[in-house]
Amino acid sequence: MTYLHNIGAYFLMIAEMFRKPTKWSVMKNLILKDVDDLIIGSLGIIAFISFFVGGVITIQTALNIDNPLIPKYLVGFATRQSVILEFAPTFTSIIMAGKVGSFITSSIGTMRVTEQIDALEVMGINSLNYLVFPKTVALMLYPFAISIGMFLGILGGMAACVYGGFSSLEDYIYGIQTDFIPFHITYAFIKTFVFAFVLATIPAFHGYYMKGGALEVGKASTTSFVWTSVVIILLNYFLTQMLLS
Amino acid sequence: MIEVKDLHKSFNGVEVLKGISTTFEKGKTNLIIGQSGSGKTVFLKCLLGLFDYEEGTIAYDGKIFSKLTEDEKRNVRGEIGMVFQGSALFDSMTIAENVMFPLRMFTKQSKSEMQDRVDFVLNRVNLQDAHKKKPSEASGGMQKRVAIARAIVNNPKYLFCDEPNSGLDPKTSIVIDDLIKEITEEYNITTVINSHDMNSVMQIGEKIVFLKNGLKAWEGSNKTIFKTDNDVVTDFVYSSELMKKVRQMYIEERQ
Repeated sequence: MTYLHNIGAYFLMIAEMFRKPTKWSVMKNLILKDVDDLIIGSLGIIAFISFFVGGVITIQTALNIDNPLIPKYLVGFATRQSVILEFAPTFTSIIMAGKVGSFITSSIGTMRVTEQIDALEVMGINSLNYLVFPKTVALMLYPFAISIGMFLGILGGMAACVYGGFSSLEDYIYGIQTDFIPFHITYAFIKTFVFAFVLATIPAFHGYYMKGGALEVGKASTTSFVWTSVVIILLNYFLTQMLLS
Repeated sequence: MIEVKDLHKSFNGVEVLKGISTTFEKGKTNLIIGQSGSGKTVFLKCLLGLFDYEEGTIAYDGKIFSKLTEDEKRNVRGEIGMVFQGSALFDSMTIAENVMFPLRMFTKQSKSEMQDRVDFVLNRVNLQDAHKKKPSEASGGMQKRVAIARAIVNNPKYLFCDEPNSGLDPKTSIVIDDLIKEITEEYNITTVINSHDMNSVMQIGEKIVFLKNGLKAWEGSNKTIFKTDNDVVTDFVYSSELMKKVRQMYIEERQ
């Protein structure tokens, strides 16, 4: 029953988020601040992880191809497919559920504990619109961060491939161009948009409706990470089934 | 003026407010006092519209809140200033930005007009040099004064304070009490303070509502509270050793 109640409360929160909008002059600044906190502030970790995981994918693929009949360019091909289809959109989003998600839950949860949300409500401000809407809009730029992740993942793979001596640069470049299906990029970005919405709203839900003190803020952050990850994995499955099969 | 009639509020079937009726007068500091768990905070949150209630009415200058449209409710909320127990200042903003916040949200003033108003109210609460500080860099007393400045910046008709002296030393408490009283008289606003601080009761309790177990047990002022025979009130007022001694001295003096 609690799960059903929470699911209902989550959708009511989303509906409430769009009501009684905050003044645009104020909202504009909130969105820009959240773009800085959530997107720009995450670029470093996305770049770092993407580059090295791209390299690891390449090494693992190359080490597992021991049949001389399999062409070397398949290393580049496999890296491109892994990075574009799964690593960049899905696994980066799970990492972001930890970074961005816990930031959102703890910042909103702390505002709840210290009565800052009550202060907004007393002033007649729709606190959900004021707090959650700008984060949701800011995270709509998340595909931009993911596209950087895709590029750096493939670049990392290339560096590992060439400097590790697994295949030549020409083979790798040929591999990443082979059988390229543009819809895979569309598929990856559709997933990313959906995950961005989940990344903004589920942690916000756990922060906004938390009860208790500082200890509960920590617990809410952990719970929000778990649920955001679970929802991302489930949606990944359903979206893949719908869009690719 | 705020009129409350027969207010009932329950949580999970447990009645917390059991039919409170009272009036909070304009231009006066009205205190709600009582022991912890007596229903003070719930009562205050009902007055603020943060809690819905099952029965009764709350009227702000004759306007019954529950019968107002959403826009009218928003207008009434725009006339309310609130000082929270923990000040509830926005961590991400400076003190000046905190005070300016209601003006940015609800007025069409230019930046210089807003800045002038912020300067004025910060001067009013004796915080001339704190504009650029973050709330975390301010002391408890300063945070309370910033909260008062934010509450009055938009010229409210009603000022609510939830335990404004909690966590403050006695001297700073007196400063805060005096400030609230001065502001109430200066701007002729209806001030409602939730407190269990006996210094505040003595100093600024022009009207006092005493709650016990969700009921109004007594009503009076700081002039009458020490003369009442109501056992519930005397039990609360003279619970500390200091107050017992004060009472003893008073009785001995009279004899």
